[in-house]
Amino acid sequence: MDKEIKIIVIGGSAGSYNVIKKILLALPVGFPLPIVFCLHRLKEVRNGFVESLNINSKIIVREPDDKDLIKPGFAYLSPANYHLLVEPGRNFALSTEDNINYSRPSIDLTFDTAGYAFRQKMAGIILSGANSDGAKGLYSAFKNGAYTIVQDPDNASFKAMPMEALKLFKPHQTLSDDEIVSFINSLSSNNYV
Amino acid sequence: MEDISLKDIKRVIDTIYLTRGVDFSNYAFSSFKRRIKRFLEMNKIRDVNGFIEKIKDESEFADIFIKEVTVNVTEMFRDPSFWVVLRDKVIPSIKFDHSLKIWHAACSTGEEVYSMAILLKEAGLLNNAEITATDINKHVLKVATKGLYQIRNQEINSKNYEAFGGKGNLSDYYTLGDNTVQFDKQLVSNVDFLCHDLALDSSPGKFDLIICRNVLIYFNFDLQEKVLQTFVQSLSKDSYLGIGSKESINWCRSARAFEEVSFEEKIYRKTSDNL
Ligand SMILES: C[S@@+](CC[C@H](N)C(=O)[O-])C[C@H]1O[C@@H](n2cnc3c(N)ncnc32)[C@H](O)[C@@H]1O
Repeated sequence: MDKEIKIIVIGGSAGSYNVIKKILLALPVGFPLPIVFCLHRLKEVRNGFVESLNINSKIIVREPDDKDLIKPGFAYLSPANYHLLVEPGRNFALSTEDNINYSRPSIDLTFDTAGYAFRQKMAGIILSGANSDGAKGLYSAFKNGAYTIVQDPDNASFKAMPMEALKLFKPHQTLSDDEIVSFINSLSSNNYV
Repeated sequence: MEDISLKDIKRVIDTIYLTRGVDFSNYAFSSFKRRIKRFLEMNKIRDVNGFIEKIKDESEFADIFIKEVTVNVTEMFRDPSFWVVLRDKVIPSIKFDHSLKIWHAACSTGEEVYSMAILLKEAGLLNNAEITATDINKHVLKVATKGLYQIRNQEINSKNYEAFGGKGNLSDYYTLGDNTVQFDKQLVSNVDFLCHDLALDSSPGKFDLIICRNVLIYFNFDLQEKVLQTFVQSLSKDSYLGIGSKESINWCRSARAFEEVSFEEKIYRKTSDNL
Protein backbone atom coordinates (compact mmCIF):
# COMPACT_ATOMS: atom_id res chain seq x y z
CA MET A 1 0.00 0.00 0.00
CA ASP A 2 1.09 3.52 -0.71
CA LYS A 3 2.11 4.89 2.67
CA GLU A 4 1.22 8.37 1.62
CA ILE A 5 -2.48 8.34 2.36
CA LYS A 6 -3.69 11.96 2.66
CA ILE A 7 -7.39 11.44 3.30
CA ILE A 8 -9.69 8.80 4.74
CA VAL A 9 -13.24 8.67 3.41
CA ILE A 10 -15.82 6.54 5.18
CA GLY A 11 -19.34 5.75 3.99
CA GLY A 12 -21.95 4.33 6.34
CA SER A 13 -25.66 3.87 6.81
CA ALA A 14 -27.86 1.77 9.09
CA GLY A 15 -25.73 0.03 11.73
CA SER A 16 -22.61 2.10 11.17
CA TYR A 17 -23.03 4.54 14.05
CA ASN A 18 -21.32 2.33 16.64
CA VAL A 19 -18.38 1.64 14.36
CA ILE A 20 -17.95 5.34 13.80
CA LYS A 21 -18.08 6.03 17.53
CA LYS A 22 -15.38 3.37 17.97
CA ILE A 23 -13.18 4.96 15.35
CA LEU A 24 -13.54 8.43 16.86
CA LEU A 25 -12.91 7.14 20.35
CA ALA A 26 -9.66 5.51 19.23
CA LEU A 27 -8.16 8.42 17.32
CA PRO A 28 -5.47 10.31 19.20
CA VAL A 29 -5.24 14.06 19.55
CA GLY A 30 -3.22 15.34 16.62
CA PHE A 31 -4.26 12.56 14.28
CA PRO A 32 -2.54 13.77 11.13
CA LEU A 33 -5.14 13.04 8.43
CA PRO A 34 -8.56 14.39 7.57
CA ILE A 35 -11.40 11.88 7.89
CA VAL A 36 -14.57 12.42 5.92
CA PHE A 37 -17.74 10.64 7.02
CA CYS A 38 -20.51 10.48 4.48
CA LEU A 39 -23.44 9.06 6.43
CA HIS A 40 -27.10 8.67 5.63
CA ARG A 41 -29.10 10.77 8.03
CA LEU A 42 -32.48 12.39 8.50
CA LYS A 43 -33.01 15.21 6.04
CA GLU A 44 -35.02 17.52 8.27
CA VAL A 45 -32.86 17.21 11.40
CA ARG A 46 -30.04 19.68 11.08
CA ASN A 47 -28.79 19.65 14.65
CA GLY A 48 -27.64 17.05 17.13
CA PHE A 49 -25.75 14.51 15.03
CA VAL A 50 -22.40 16.24 14.88
CA GLU A 51 -22.70 17.07 18.58
CA SER A 52 -23.23 13.41 19.42
CA LEU A 53 -20.19 12.38 17.38
CA ASN A 54 -18.06 14.94 19.19
CA ILE A 55 -18.78 13.35 22.54
CA ASN A 56 -15.78 11.16 23.40
CA SER A 57 -13.91 12.16 20.25
CA LYS A 58 -10.49 13.71 20.76
CA ILE A 59 -10.49 15.19 17.30
CA ILE A 60 -13.05 17.78 16.31
CA VAL A 61 -15.92 16.66 14.10
CA ARG A 62 -17.39 19.35 11.87
CA GLU A 63 -20.05 19.72 9.26
CA PRO A 64 -18.25 21.58 6.53
CA ASP A 65 -19.62 24.64 4.83
CA ASP A 66 -19.42 24.84 1.08
CA LYS A 67 -15.82 25.31 -0.21
CA ASP A 68 -14.23 24.73 3.22
CA LEU A 69 -10.64 23.52 3.01
CA ILE A 70 -10.07 19.91 4.00
CA LYS A 71 -7.66 20.12 6.93
CA PRO A 72 -5.64 17.35 8.53
CA GLY A 73 -6.61 16.55 12.09
CA PHE A 74 -10.33 17.12 11.61
CA ALA A 75 -13.19 14.76 11.02
CA TYR A 76 -15.96 15.95 8.74
CA LEU A 77 -19.58 14.86 8.65
CA SER A 78 -21.84 15.22 5.62
CA PRO A 79 -24.43 17.91 6.47
CA ALA A 80 -28.14 16.98 6.43
CA ASN A 81 -29.92 17.29 3.10
CA TYR A 82 -26.83 18.04 0.97
CA HIS A 83 -24.50 15.98 -1.16
CA LEU A 84 -20.90 16.29 -0.04
CA LEU A 85 -18.34 16.49 -2.84
CA VAL A 86 -14.58 16.84 -2.82
CA GLU A 87 -13.05 19.29 -5.29
CA PRO A 88 -9.72 18.72 -7.06
CA GLY A 89 -8.44 21.78 -5.16
CA ARG A 90 -8.96 19.60 -2.08
CA ASN A 91 -11.77 21.54 -0.59
CA PHE A 92 -15.39 20.52 -0.12
CA ALA A 93 -18.33 21.47 -2.28
CA LEU A 94 -22.00 20.90 -1.59
CA SER A 95 -24.93 20.20 -3.84
CA THR A 96 -28.70 20.07 -3.42
CA GLU A 97 -29.38 17.95 -6.48
CA ASP A 98 -31.98 15.21 -6.19
CA ASN A 99 -31.37 11.99 -4.34
CA ILE A 100 -28.95 9.69 -6.11
CA ASN A 101 -29.79 6.03 -5.62
CA TYR A 102 -32.43 7.20 -3.09
CA SER A 103 -29.87 9.07 -1.01
CA ARG A 104 -28.84 12.61 -0.20
CA PRO A 105 -26.06 12.65 0.86
CA SER A 106 -24.99 10.14 -1.76
CA ILE A 107 -22.04 8.08 -0.52
CA ASP A 108 -21.30 7.21 -4.16
CA LEU A 109 -20.78 10.85 -4.97
CA THR A 110 -18.45 11.52 -2.03
CA PHE A 111 -16.30 8.46 -2.80
CA ASP A 112 -16.26 9.20 -6.51
CA THR A 113 -15.21 12.85 -6.21
CA ALA A 114 -12.70 12.22 -3.40
CA GLY A 115 -11.16 9.41 -5.45
CA TYR A 116 -10.82 11.70 -8.43
CA ALA A 117 -9.21 14.44 -6.36
CA PHE A 118 -6.89 12.29 -4.22
CA ARG A 119 -6.31 9.15 -6.38
CA GLN A 120 -3.88 6.74 -4.64
CA LYS A 121 -3.65 9.13 -1.69
CA MET A 122 -7.14 8.24 -0.56
CA ALA A 123 -8.25 5.36 1.64
CA GLY A 124 -11.96 4.57 1.27
CA ILE A 125 -13.94 2.45 3.71
CA ILE A 126 -17.49 1.22 3.34
CA LEU A 127 -19.38 0.22 6.50
CA SER A 128 -22.67 -1.35 7.47
CA GLY A 129 -25.83 -0.29 5.66
CA ALA A 130 -29.16 -1.59 4.43
CA ASN A 131 -29.01 -0.29 0.88
CA SER A 132 -26.68 -0.24 -2.12
CA ASP A 133 -25.26 3.29 -1.92
CA GLY A 134 -21.47 3.61 -1.88
CA ALA A 135 -20.46 0.52 -3.84
CA LYS A 136 -20.21 2.23 -7.23
CA GLY A 137 -18.44 5.23 -5.79
CA LEU A 138 -15.88 3.17 -3.93
CA TYR A 139 -15.25 1.14 -7.07
CA SER A 140 -14.69 4.32 -9.05
CA ALA A 141 -12.20 5.52 -6.38
CA PHE A 142 -10.53 2.08 -6.56
CA LYS A 143 -10.10 2.48 -10.31
CA ASN A 144 -8.49 5.84 -9.66
CA GLY A 145 -5.96 4.17 -7.38
CA ALA A 146 -7.53 4.58 -3.95
CA TYR A 147 -6.87 2.03 -1.23
CA THR A 148 -10.22 0.38 -0.46
CA ILE A 149 -11.61 -1.46 2.53
CA VAL A 150 -15.01 -3.07 2.99
CA GLN A 151 -16.39 -3.98 6.40
CA ASP A 152 -16.76 -7.75 6.60
CA PRO A 153 -20.48 -8.42 6.00
CA ASP A 154 -20.46 -11.01 8.79
CA ASN A 155 -19.27 -8.33 11.16
CA ALA A 156 -21.69 -5.64 9.94
CA SER A 157 -25.10 -5.05 11.52
CA PHE A 158 -26.54 -4.62 8.04
CA LYS A 159 -24.79 -6.56 5.30
CA ALA A 160 -26.31 -5.06 2.16
CA MET A 161 -23.94 -2.16 1.67
CA PRO A 162 -20.68 -4.11 2.14
CA MET A 163 -22.07 -7.01 0.08
CA GLU A 164 -22.96 -4.70 -2.79
CA ALA A 165 -19.37 -3.45 -2.89
CA LEU A 166 -17.95 -6.97 -2.75
CA LYS A 167 -20.19 -7.95 -5.65
CA LEU A 168 -18.73 -5.17 -7.75
CA PHE A 169 -14.98 -5.55 -7.15
CA LYS A 170 -12.34 -7.04 -4.88
CA PRO A 171 -11.22 -4.39 -2.39
CA HIS A 172 -7.72 -4.36 -0.91
CA GLN A 173 -9.03 -5.62 2.41
CA THR A 174 -12.21 -6.89 4.04
CA LEU A 175 -12.00 -6.14 7.76
CA SER A 176 -13.97 -6.29 10.98
CA ASP A 177 -14.81 -3.08 12.82
CA ASP A 178 -11.89 -3.51 15.26
CA GLU A 179 -9.48 -4.17 12.41
CA ILE A 180 -10.73 -1.06 10.67
CA VAL A 181 -9.95 0.96 13.80
CA SER A 182 -6.42 -0.49 13.91
CA PHE A 183 -5.95 0.16 10.23
CA ILE A 184 -6.85 3.82 10.62
CA ASN A 185 -4.56 4.15 13.61
CA SER A 186 -1.70 2.56 11.69
CA LEU A 187 -2.04 5.25 9.01
CA SER A 188 -1.30 7.83 11.62
CA SER A 189 2.14 6.46 12.50
CA ASN A 190 3.09 6.39 8.83
CA ASN A 191 2.18 9.98 8.42
CA TYR A 192 3.68 11.88 11.30
CA VAL A 193 6.10 14.39 9.86
CA MET B 1 -20.13 5.06 -17.58
CA GLU B 2 -16.57 6.04 -18.41
CA ASP B 3 -15.19 9.12 -16.76
CA ILE B 4 -15.35 12.29 -18.84
CA SER B 5 -11.96 13.94 -19.31
CA LEU B 6 -11.06 17.44 -18.22
CA LYS B 7 -10.37 18.32 -21.85
CA ASP B 8 -13.83 17.23 -22.93
CA ILE B 9 -15.46 19.17 -20.09
CA LYS B 10 -13.61 22.29 -21.28
CA ARG B 11 -14.76 21.67 -24.85
CA VAL B 12 -18.37 21.39 -23.70
CA ILE B 13 -18.05 24.65 -21.74
CA ASP B 14 -16.43 26.48 -24.68
CA THR B 15 -19.02 25.24 -27.14
CA ILE B 16 -21.94 26.30 -24.95
CA TYR B 17 -20.39 29.72 -24.43
CA LEU B 18 -19.74 30.30 -28.14
CA THR B 19 -23.08 29.05 -29.40
CA ARG B 20 -25.50 29.94 -26.56
CA GLY B 21 -23.71 32.70 -24.64
CA VAL B 22 -23.96 30.88 -21.29
CA ASP B 23 -20.75 30.78 -19.32
CA PHE B 24 -20.20 27.68 -17.18
CA SER B 25 -16.44 28.17 -16.91
CA ASN B 26 -16.63 29.28 -13.28
CA TYR B 27 -18.98 26.61 -11.99
CA ALA B 28 -17.74 24.33 -9.21
CA PHE B 29 -15.90 21.49 -10.90
CA SER B 30 -17.18 18.32 -9.22
CA SER B 31 -20.87 19.03 -9.31
CA PHE B 32 -20.70 20.37 -12.87
CA LYS B 33 -18.85 17.28 -14.04
CA ARG B 34 -21.36 15.08 -12.27
CA ARG B 35 -24.22 16.88 -14.02
CA ILE B 36 -22.64 16.41 -17.46
CA LYS B 37 -22.16 12.71 -16.76
CA ARG B 38 -25.74 12.44 -15.58
CA PHE B 39 -26.98 14.12 -18.77
CA LEU B 40 -24.95 11.79 -20.98
CA GLU B 41 -26.16 8.75 -19.04
CA MET B 42 -29.81 9.79 -19.09
CA ASN B 43 -29.68 10.34 -22.82
CA LYS B 44 -27.60 7.21 -23.42
CA ILE B 45 -24.87 9.19 -25.16
CA ARG B 46 -21.54 7.37 -25.30
CA ASP B 47 -19.74 9.38 -27.92
CA VAL B 48 -18.57 12.69 -26.43
CA ASN B 49 -17.39 14.08 -29.78
CA GLY B 50 -20.80 13.46 -31.31
CA PHE B 51 -22.37 15.11 -28.28
CA ILE B 52 -20.26 18.24 -28.69
CA GLU B 53 -21.10 18.39 -32.42
CA LYS B 54 -24.76 18.15 -31.50
CA ILE B 55 -24.73 21.03 -29.00
CA LYS B 56 -22.87 23.06 -31.64
CA ASP B 57 -25.41 22.34 -34.39
CA GLU B 58 -28.72 22.07 -32.58
CA SER B 59 -29.60 25.05 -30.45
CA GLU B 60 -32.68 23.34 -29.05
CA PHE B 61 -30.61 20.41 -27.85
CA ALA B 62 -28.05 22.78 -26.37
CA ASP B 63 -30.80 24.56 -24.45
CA ILE B 64 -32.09 21.29 -23.05
CA PHE B 65 -28.55 20.54 -21.92
CA ILE B 66 -28.24 23.97 -20.26
CA LYS B 67 -31.50 23.40 -18.44
CA GLU B 68 -30.57 19.89 -17.30
CA VAL B 69 -27.00 20.63 -16.28
CA THR B 70 -28.05 23.20 -13.67
CA VAL B 71 -29.68 21.96 -10.47
CA ASN B 72 -33.23 23.20 -9.94
CA VAL B 73 -34.23 21.27 -6.84
CA THR B 74 -36.05 23.46 -4.33
CA GLU B 75 -38.80 23.33 -1.74
CA MET B 76 -41.04 25.76 0.13
CA PHE B 77 -39.76 27.06 3.49
CA ARG B 78 -36.62 24.93 3.19
CA ASP B 79 -34.85 25.21 6.58
CA PRO B 80 -37.93 26.57 8.39
CA SER B 81 -35.76 28.28 11.03
CA PHE B 82 -34.34 30.55 8.30
CA TRP B 83 -37.84 31.80 7.50
CA VAL B 84 -38.62 32.26 11.20
CA VAL B 85 -35.64 34.61 11.57
CA LEU B 86 -36.70 36.49 8.44
CA ARG B 87 -40.23 36.90 9.77
CA ASP B 88 -39.40 37.73 13.39
CA LYS B 89 -36.16 39.67 13.15
CA VAL B 90 -35.08 40.72 9.70
CA ILE B 91 -38.22 41.98 8.00
CA PRO B 92 -39.53 43.95 11.03
CA SER B 93 -36.24 45.84 11.17
CA ILE B 94 -36.27 46.96 7.54
CA LYS B 95 -37.22 50.62 7.23
CA PHE B 96 -38.49 50.87 3.71
CA ASP B 97 -39.67 53.98 1.88
CA HIS B 98 -42.56 53.24 -0.47
CA SER B 99 -42.22 49.55 -0.81
CA LEU B 100 -40.24 46.66 0.56
CA LYS B 101 -37.99 45.55 -2.28
CA ILE B 102 -36.91 41.94 -2.39
CA TRP B 103 -34.77 40.07 -4.91
CA HIS B 104 -34.92 36.30 -5.16
CA ALA B 105 -31.73 35.60 -7.08
CA ALA B 106 -31.84 32.26 -8.92
CA CYS B 107 -35.37 31.43 -7.74
CA SER B 108 -35.69 28.20 -9.73
CA THR B 109 -39.33 27.03 -9.92
CA GLY B 110 -40.39 29.70 -7.43
CA GLU B 111 -41.13 27.77 -4.24
CA GLU B 112 -39.16 30.29 -2.21
CA VAL B 113 -40.98 33.17 -3.87
CA TYR B 114 -44.32 31.71 -2.83
CA SER B 115 -42.92 31.06 0.65
CA MET B 116 -41.94 34.73 0.90
CA ALA B 117 -45.32 35.89 -0.40
CA ILE B 118 -47.11 33.75 2.19
CA LEU B 119 -44.83 35.04 4.96
CA LEU B 120 -45.52 38.64 3.89
CA LYS B 121 -49.23 38.06 3.55
CA GLU B 122 -49.44 36.65 7.07
CA ALA B 123 -47.48 39.66 8.30
CA GLY B 124 -49.85 42.01 6.48
CA LEU B 125 -47.06 43.29 4.25
CA LEU B 126 -47.72 41.64 0.92
CA ASN B 127 -49.28 44.75 -0.63
CA ASN B 128 -46.24 46.80 0.38
CA ALA B 129 -43.81 44.44 -1.29
CA GLU B 130 -42.20 44.57 -4.68
CA ILE B 131 -40.49 41.31 -5.50
CA THR B 132 -38.06 40.61 -8.32
CA ALA B 133 -37.48 36.91 -8.93
CA THR B 134 -34.80 35.92 -11.40
CA ASP B 135 -33.21 32.81 -12.82
CA ILE B 136 -31.04 31.94 -15.80
CA ASN B 137 -33.45 29.23 -16.86
CA LYS B 138 -36.60 30.32 -18.76
CA HIS B 139 -38.25 26.97 -18.20
CA VAL B 140 -38.20 27.17 -14.38
CA LEU B 141 -39.42 30.77 -14.55
CA LYS B 142 -42.45 29.59 -16.53
CA VAL B 143 -43.26 27.08 -13.79
CA ALA B 144 -42.79 29.80 -11.16
CA THR B 145 -45.11 32.22 -12.98
CA LYS B 146 -47.81 29.57 -13.25
CA GLY B 147 -47.55 28.43 -9.62
CA LEU B 148 -48.57 24.91 -10.62
CA TYR B 149 -46.72 22.20 -8.70
CA GLN B 150 -46.71 18.43 -8.33
CA ILE B 151 -48.90 17.21 -5.53
CA ARG B 152 -46.19 14.82 -4.33
CA ASN B 153 -43.99 17.76 -3.33
CA GLN B 154 -46.62 19.18 -1.00
CA GLU B 155 -45.91 16.84 1.86
CA ILE B 156 -42.46 18.29 2.51
CA ASN B 157 -43.71 21.82 1.78
CA SER B 158 -46.53 21.47 4.33
CA LYS B 159 -44.18 19.99 6.90
CA ASN B 160 -41.82 22.92 6.46
CA TYR B 161 -44.67 25.44 6.65
CA GLU B 162 -45.83 23.88 9.88
CA ALA B 163 -42.32 23.95 11.36
CA PHE B 164 -42.14 27.60 10.30
CA GLY B 165 -45.26 28.22 12.36
CA GLY B 166 -47.49 29.53 9.60
CA LYS B 167 -50.84 30.96 10.63
CA GLY B 168 -53.00 28.44 8.79
CA ASN B 169 -52.55 25.44 6.57
CA LEU B 170 -50.48 25.54 3.44
CA SER B 171 -53.54 24.20 1.63
CA ASP B 172 -55.25 27.55 2.32
CA TYR B 173 -53.05 28.91 -0.45
CA TYR B 174 -53.69 26.42 -3.21
CA THR B 175 -56.46 24.56 -4.99
CA LEU B 176 -56.19 20.89 -5.66
CA GLY B 177 -55.97 19.49 -9.19
CA ASP B 178 -55.47 15.93 -10.41
CA ASN B 179 -51.82 15.44 -9.61
CA THR B 180 -51.08 19.07 -9.10
CA VAL B 181 -51.79 22.00 -6.86
CA GLN B 182 -52.40 25.52 -8.14
CA PHE B 183 -51.12 28.23 -5.84
CA ASP B 184 -53.14 31.43 -5.52
CA LYS B 185 -51.97 33.82 -8.27
CA GLN B 186 -52.75 36.80 -6.04
CA LEU B 187 -49.68 35.85 -4.02
CA VAL B 188 -47.38 36.74 -6.89
CA SER B 189 -49.23 39.69 -8.37
CA ASN B 190 -46.41 41.95 -7.11
CA VAL B 191 -43.68 39.69 -8.44
CA ASP B 192 -41.64 40.34 -11.56
CA PHE B 193 -40.20 37.12 -12.93
CA LEU B 194 -37.14 37.91 -15.06
CA CYS B 195 -34.46 36.01 -16.89
CA HIS B 196 -31.13 37.06 -15.38
CA ASP B 197 -27.68 35.49 -15.49
CA LEU B 198 -25.69 35.99 -12.28
CA ALA B 199 -22.45 35.19 -14.11
CA LEU B 200 -22.82 37.83 -16.83
CA ASP B 201 -25.61 40.33 -16.18
CA SER B 202 -25.43 43.46 -14.08
CA SER B 203 -27.55 44.28 -11.05
CA PRO B 204 -31.31 44.38 -11.70
CA GLY B 205 -31.91 47.20 -9.16
CA LYS B 206 -31.68 48.26 -5.51
CA PHE B 207 -33.16 46.07 -2.81
CA ASP B 208 -33.83 45.86 0.93
CA LEU B 209 -33.40 42.11 0.99
CA ILE B 210 -31.73 39.61 -1.31
CA ILE B 211 -32.36 35.88 -0.99
CA CYS B 212 -29.90 33.68 -2.83
CA ARG B 213 -29.83 30.22 -1.34
CA ASN B 214 -28.10 27.12 -2.60
CA VAL B 215 -26.89 28.82 -5.73
CA LEU B 216 -23.36 29.90 -4.72
CA ILE B 217 -22.53 26.25 -3.97
CA TYR B 218 -22.56 25.59 -7.71
CA PHE B 219 -20.02 28.35 -8.39
CA ASN B 220 -16.25 28.44 -7.86
CA PHE B 221 -14.47 31.06 -5.72
CA ASP B 222 -14.14 33.58 -8.57
CA LEU B 223 -17.77 33.51 -9.53
CA GLN B 224 -18.90 33.60 -5.90
CA GLU B 225 -16.85 36.75 -5.42
CA LYS B 226 -18.30 38.33 -8.54
CA VAL B 227 -21.87 37.52 -7.54
CA LEU B 228 -21.30 38.86 -4.04
CA GLN B 229 -20.04 42.12 -5.57
CA THR B 230 -23.25 42.35 -7.58
CA PHE B 231 -25.20 41.88 -4.35
CA VAL B 232 -23.25 44.63 -2.59
CA GLN B 233 -24.13 46.98 -5.44
CA SER B 234 -27.77 45.92 -5.33
CA LEU B 235 -28.30 46.50 -1.61
CA SER B 236 -28.97 49.80 0.12
CA LYS B 237 -27.23 50.45 3.42
CA ASP B 238 -28.64 48.41 6.34
CA SER B 239 -30.33 45.98 4.03
CA TYR B 240 -30.01 42.20 4.15
CA LEU B 241 -28.65 39.17 2.35
CA GLY B 242 -29.68 35.57 3.09
CA ILE B 243 -27.74 32.61 1.70
CA GLY B 244 -27.99 28.83 2.13
CA SER B 245 -27.48 27.29 5.55
CA LYS B 246 -24.21 25.64 4.50
CA GLU B 247 -22.88 28.40 2.27
CA SER B 248 -20.19 30.81 3.30
CA ILE B 249 -19.10 34.24 2.13
CA ASN B 250 -16.47 34.68 4.83
CA TRP B 251 -13.45 34.19 2.63
CA CYS B 252 -14.78 36.61 -0.07
CA ARG B 253 -13.24 40.07 -0.29
CA SER B 254 -16.66 41.66 -0.59
CA ALA B 255 -17.75 40.02 2.67
CA ARG B 256 -16.22 43.10 4.32
CA ALA B 257 -19.30 45.05 3.32
CA PHE B 258 -21.40 42.87 5.61
CA GLU B 259 -21.91 42.04 9.25
CA GLU B 260 -23.42 38.82 10.47
CA VAL B 261 -27.00 38.97 11.71
CA SER B 262 -27.60 35.27 12.17
CA PHE B 263 -24.70 32.85 12.12
CA GLU B 264 -26.95 29.77 12.12
CA GLU B 265 -29.17 30.98 9.30
CA LYS B 266 -26.50 32.77 7.29
CA ILE B 267 -28.14 36.16 7.21
CA TYR B 268 -26.02 39.29 6.76
CA ARG B 269 -26.56 43.04 6.92
CA LYS B 270 -24.77 45.37 4.55
CA THR B 271 -22.95 47.98 6.60
CA SER B 272 -20.76 49.76 4.08
CA ASP B 273 -19.92 50.20 0.43
CA ASN B 274 -16.22 49.87 1.00
CA LEU B 275 -14.83 46.76 -0.58
C1 LIG C 1 -30.76 24.74 -6.41
S1 LIG C 1 -31.57 26.04 -7.23
C2 LIG C 1 -31.91 27.16 -5.89
C3 LIG C 1 -33.24 26.91 -5.30
C4 LIG C 1 -33.66 27.67 -4.06
N1 LIG C 1 -33.01 28.95 -3.91
C5 LIG C 1 -33.48 26.80 -2.83
O1 LIG C 1 -32.52 26.94 -2.09
O2 LIG C 1 -34.35 25.94 -2.58
C6 LIG C 1 -30.31 26.82 -8.18
C7 LIG C 1 -30.82 27.72 -9.29
O3 LIG C 1 -29.75 28.51 -9.79
C8 LIG C 1 -29.97 28.76 -11.14
N2 LIG C 1 -28.74 29.22 -11.78
C9 LIG C 1 -27.64 28.50 -12.08
N3 LIG C 1 -26.72 29.28 -12.66
C10 LIG C 1 -27.23 30.53 -12.72
C11 LIG C 1 -26.76 31.78 -13.21
N4 LIG C 1 -25.55 31.89 -13.76
N5 LIG C 1 -27.54 32.86 -13.10
C12 LIG C 1 -28.78 32.76 -12.54
N6 LIG C 1 -29.29 31.61 -12.06
C13 LIG C 1 -28.52 30.50 -12.15
C14 LIG C 1 -30.50 27.44 -11.66
O4 LIG C 1 -31.22 27.61 -12.86
C15 LIG C 1 -31.37 26.96 -10.49
O5 LIG C 1 -32.71 27.30 -10.70
